[in-house]
Amino acid sequence: MVVFEKPHALCDVPLHYCPGCTHGIVHRLVAQAIDELGIEGDAIGVAPVGCAVMAYDYFSCDMVEAAHGRAPAVATGIKRALPDNIVFTYQGDGDLASIGMAETVHAATRNENITIIFINNAIYGMTGGQMAPTSLPGQVTQTSPYGRDVATAGFPIKVSELLAALDGPAYIQRVAVNNVKNVKQAQKAIKKAFENQIQGKGFSLIEVVSSCPTNWGMTPQQALDWVEEKMIPYYPLGVYKDKTSEEGEK
Amino acid sequence: MPKVTFDEDLCKGCGLCVNACPKQIIEIKKDIINKKGHSPAGITDQSKCIACAFCATMCPDCVITVEK
Amino acid sequence: MSEKVLMKGNEAIAEAAIRAGCRHYFGYPITPQTELAAYMAKRMPKIGGCFLQAESEIAAINMVYGVASTGLRVMTSSSSPGVSLKQEGISYIAGADLPALIVNVQRGGPGLGGIQPSQSDYFQATKGGGHGDYHLIVLAPSSVQEMADLTAKCFELADKYRMPTMLLADGTMGQMMEPVLLPEESGVTVEKPWALTGTKMQREHNIVNSLYLKPEELEKTNFDRYEKYSIIEKNEVMYEEYMMEDAEVCVVAFGIAARVSKNAVVEARKQGIKAGLLRPITLWPFPSEAVKKAAEHCKAFVSVELSMGQMIEDIKLASECKCPVELCNRAGGMIPSPEQVLASIKNVAGGNE
Repeated sequence: MVVFEKPHALCDVPLHYCPGCTHGIVHRLVAQAIDELGIEGDAIGVAPVGCAVMAYDYFSCDMVEAAHGRAPAVATGIKRALPDNIVFTYQGDGDLASIGMAETVHAATRNENITIIFINNAIYGMTGGQMAPTSLPGQVTQTSPYGRDVATAGFPIKVSELLAALDGPAYIQRVAVNNVKNVKQAQKAIKKAFENQIQGKGFSLIEVVSSCPTNWGMTPQQALDWVEEKMIPYYPLGVYKDKTSEEGEK
Repeated sequence: MPKVTFDEDLCKGCGLCVNACPKQIIEIKKDIINKKGHSPAGITDQSKCIACAFCATMCPDCVITVEK
Repeated sequence: MSEKVLMKGNEAIAEAAIRAGCRHYFGYPITPQTELAAYMAKRMPKIGGCFLQAESEIAAINMVYGVASTGLRVMTSSSSPGVSLKQEGISYIAGADLPALIVNVQRGGPGLGGIQPSQSDYFQATKGGGHGDYHLIVLAPSSVQEMADLTAKCFELADKYRMPTMLLADGTMGQMMEPVLLPEESGVTVEKPWALTGTKMQREHNIVNSLYLKPEELEKTNFDRYEKYSIIEKNEVMYEEYMMEDAEVCVVAFGIAARVSKNAVVEARKQGIKAGLLRPITLWPFPSEAVKKAAEHCKAFVSVELSMGQMIEDIKLASECKCPVELCNRAGGMIPSPEQVLASIKNVAGGNE
């Protein structure tokens, strides 16, 4: 009996990500959720600009590539056009929390019935390791070579907390993929985010605290340890908003 | 019987599976170089495998298939 | 259905779009196209359509991109500063070869400019507008009737050639009220096998995309697209000629400028000057052949524009500078008077006598 194999919703092509990059884990979790819910034939994914730009080659459902940060707007259009399809975006922190913040906040406040998978690895990966809106105070990056100085560069944006303050969104959870236990938790959260959409409950966003070994200048395992030691204390895991369990919610 | 198979050519040798294995029966095969130019991970003692799939859970590249 | 109704230009666009099967509209408030959005907001919910006031013009055009990728008819409208904001999305729509309609009810610029009518987005509309090599099919109405008819035409051409189209109007056209015979109901007639609908597990996944990391592949998409453009240039040029058969002075003008110019041409004829009007309806593709033909029997052109002179460059190119082209213009929201146009006609007519 097969206990574990590559999900069908992932195409049979090698991922281009760096060794130990957790994008691969999260791609798999999304594909597993699609498989388990039997929605591959109805799913339409929106790829971001960033390391995951070529996600359109990796998921076997219909895919569209959005402009930088605009994925929630593109997903809004698709979902309004095809309300019976399952629409998701997969976005990084630069895409979602910097250039695309307006699109993110407004899709959330409209409670668009879409699913957003948000990768927070505290850095711009694709362009070679610049400071992200989620880079930690003091974090050294190519564009914060002396460490992020909050006096000039401001503080990291806590997306889950920020969106949870809105009345609109149905479900906001932050998870991590730095160890087996957290990956399993993330798997459940991502599946729930898709189930919410199937049940018409509205906007679900799963923030996944992730690693970027290459641009953090660490080995893959060191990067996961850094997630545990530095990232999770600043970005506590948990459910930040859940309107899906409230009585009388439509 | 628990059985773990590695699709070695997909492996990037990141080693996350090595650390995830509770039985410590996975290692990076330093003497092998795969198509991508990485030394892939592999199992050292199949008989000790308990098919927990922790290795596959942490693998970013769907290299590992686990059977029981 | 086939009776004339009195409508504002902006409303005529909206109603024509609905009759063309457009059920998705995304916009952001800006003067002077507000009536269009208001009309959509009123009508769409009653017919099972979608009106959504987006958080920005950028979001609106990306919502358009989303709907367009599913193959359904979709539009957005704005005015000059808002259309500048949409350029990113328009470039992506062009790069992904998606059909969609963008309406620009122009106002004066640059910058925040003013809220009065203008034609100073001609370059932006006809030369691309956003980054990269691409064109929009650009139609320029000069009556409320054409606001309606050309809206339907824009949807038809967008589907036919799988590309974005633009209706380039101006504040006067948008606000003007005229009787209009609304177009018949229509809809998508072409197959769209590329559209995102979900695979239903019955086909390979469709990908809507404009990213090509291999330069030889990206080059090929550009060459292929321009081959399509050359077919459009051959088959889709539209223009109106008025008293051009024996004209010695050819006035070239579109939109509101053409209406003013027509009066001036009539007056010039009364005064014994053989003037004629060439009114481009498609600004891209530009009616170059018609201009070239006019250059063979005219001794001068007058380009009448609500800008500092943009279309004049296309006239010079098309006429191969065989005869002089005079600019007759106002800018910043001002409109040339028939007298001003007549003076220009007289100037070029008399200059060679």
